[in-house]
Amino acid sequence: MKIAVCVKHVPEGQSKIDAGSKRLDRSGEGALNHFDANAVEEALRLKGESDTEVVVVSMGPERAADSLRKALAMGADRAVLVSDAAAAGSDLVATSRVLAAALEREGADLVLFGQQASDADGAVLWAAVAERLKRPVVSQAAELTLQDGGLRVKRQTEFGYDVIEAPLPAVVAVSDAINEPRYPSLKGIMGAKKKQQDVLSLGDLGVDSGAAGEAGSRTTVLSLGSPPSRGDAKKIEGGAETAEQIVEFLTERRLV
Amino acid sequence: MATLVFVEHHDGELQKGSLGVLAKAASLGGDVGAVLVGANVRALAGRLGSYGAAKVHVCEDPSLDPPTPQPRVDVLAQVVRDGGYDTILLANSVLAADVAAGLAARLDAGLNWDLTDVAQRDGQLVGQRPALQDSVQVEVGWTGDTRIALFRAGSFDAAETGGGSPEVVDVAPSFEEHSRAAKIVDQQLEQATGPSIEDADIVVAGGRGLGAPESFTLAEELAQALGGAVGATRAVVDAGWYPYSAQIGQTGKTVSPKLYVALGISGAIQHKVGMQSSQTIVAINKDANAPIFEFSDLGVVGDVHEIVPKLTELIRARKA
Ligand SMILES: Cc1cc2nc3c(=O)[nH]c(=O)nc-3n(C[C@H](O)[C@H](O)[C@H](O)COP(=O)(O)OP(=O)(O)OC[C@H]3O[C@@H](n4cnc5c(N)ncnc54)[C@H](O)[C@@H]3O)c2cc1C
Ligand SMILES: Nc1ncnc2c1ncn2[C@@H]1O[C@H](COP(=O)(O)O)[C@@H](O)[C@H]1O
Repeated sequence: MKIAVCVKHVPEGQSKIDAGSKRLDRSGEGALNHFDANAVEEALRLKGESDTEVVVVSMGPERAADSLRKALAMGADRAVLVSDAAAAGSDLVATSRVLAAALEREGADLVLFGQQASDADGAVLWAAVAERLKRPVVSQAAELTLQDGGLRVKRQTEFGYDVIEAPLPAVVAVSDAINEPRYPSLKGIMGAKKKQQDVLSLGDLGVDSGAAGEAGSRTTVLSLGSPPSRGDAKKIEGGAETAEQIVEFLTERRLV
Repeated sequence: MATLVFVEHHDGELQKGSLGVLAKAASLGGDVGAVLVGANVRALAGRLGSYGAAKVHVCEDPSLDPPTPQPRVDVLAQVVRDGGYDTILLANSVLAADVAAGLAARLDAGLNWDLTDVAQRDGQLVGQRPALQDSVQVEVGWTGDTRIALFRAGSFDAAETGGGSPEVVDVAPSFEEHSRAAKIVDQQLEQATGPSIEDADIVVAGGRGLGAPESFTLAEELAQALGGAVGATRAVVDAGWYPYSAQIGQTGKTVSPKLYVALGISGAIQHKVGMQSSQTIVAINKDANAPIFEFSDLGVVGDVHEIVPKLTELIRARKA
């Protein structure tokens, strides 16, 4: 069996949008989107001791390789990074096109996604990718099991939990509560360097450069502004002694 | 402009969020249609007229009763093509998000999500989107002929616009082979027990930062000392630490107490939408960069295990 996991390299700390390009500022430090660590962990859990191959797939700048290496250090077997200047600025439609092409090439039985990218906060990409791959999709999986050539998922909705079954091949997005991601071991970190890491261009995938990036996108950012402010906020830092300041604050506001 | 609104229903009830979006669509002008998909939905169609729908496309099919997204993409894609719609609006929900993204890929149409408003400006549709944990207000647009917008919960009032009876049009879709492969085999609807967090003046909510299910006693004891109720994030509910009935956020309850105390909660947007209208928000989180501090009145950077026991003790002492 083969499991592909889509992971994203996201800016560390509070993200900003670059005023000039109106794109997300990706110049600073980045890291593996922590929601995607859950998806990698789930793939490794499903793999267990079997000979299942776990491939991590990403689209992003060259330095996204750092995040892929973290997934390899956790235990994934191989990494594929689609990196191409023509892919920068891709929106949902364009990103799903590129990722679907990369996934098509892998032909995995199961494609996993994280719950959301901590920068874009879309929590939608999987449905667009599944549509392009023409595969069943199940999102918000709080529990995932494989059984008789298919899968079973427990997912939360606005009304409680649904239990969903789907045949493979399929696309599943996991919730961040599905597991506790492991930390890479020293051995894992050392071993990651030796694992196969392919960097592909759009051309390698047969994706026309006009189908990606801003040219392939169907949405645009018109302007940036400040959000409405919530007024004065107070921030303190410390240990047990801050309890007194909290009580003082609550007293001032007549809440105790 | 010809606008189509995906209208959700549950247990025979039209969902307020969808009705709000429909009313918004009507206020934009142009032709306004609505889509209803499921078993026994025809009976709901008439009411959509009073929220602004001139036409209601009804796809009544018992096999579509389970709320899975992919067959709904098939239905919407067909209605958009046959009905000549150029704009599709949806109120966000677990179902609608997957429908919207699937449809965007199918139609090769732009999808802007998490919008709080939309308006026509110089003949262009412009969406308002608070982005990056609401730290920046972004105006977004669409390129291409078809536009899809997904709105944040509670963006619009479901106000009746006083329209008449809509024209009802039947849809007989053809389904893609993969669309009905995922099947809902069971639905577990949990009922709330204990006092309602929606009515409480004070809510103490716990997140994954509490570290373990046993640590929820920290939240419970503080809530008891303050005379409030206990809430939780989805992360801890999905992990089985606390019941679903206590969940606050997009897929849980919406609360607006006088005081909301967040313990070990990061403040993800999906949690925020369920508690942001609380009068006073106090957050304790050990990560100084946690988004929750962006909308807290008092932010305490520290460890809940050190601070909360002391806080509970001080409040008990004051009340004694
Ligand atoms: C479609 C959809 C719907 C969703 N619906 C909801 C919803 O209804 N409600 C909801 O809550 N979420 C919802 N979510 C999930 C949401 O995006 C977040 O994943 C979730 O809210 C995170 O929960 P958390 O804050 O408990 O956990 P985390 O994000 O893991 O945050 C834990 C926080 O605790 C802090 N911490 C750790 N240890 C300590 C300590 N010792 N002392 C103090 N602080 C500590 C950490 O710094 C961190 O900020 C939804 C997501 C999606 C995609
Ligand atoms: N550029 C990318 N490359 C690979 N996977 C991605 C990328 N962007 C998003 N994803 C995946 O899609 C999920 C949801 O992202 P989003 O819909 O952008 O919030 C993430 O958790 C990742 O699994």
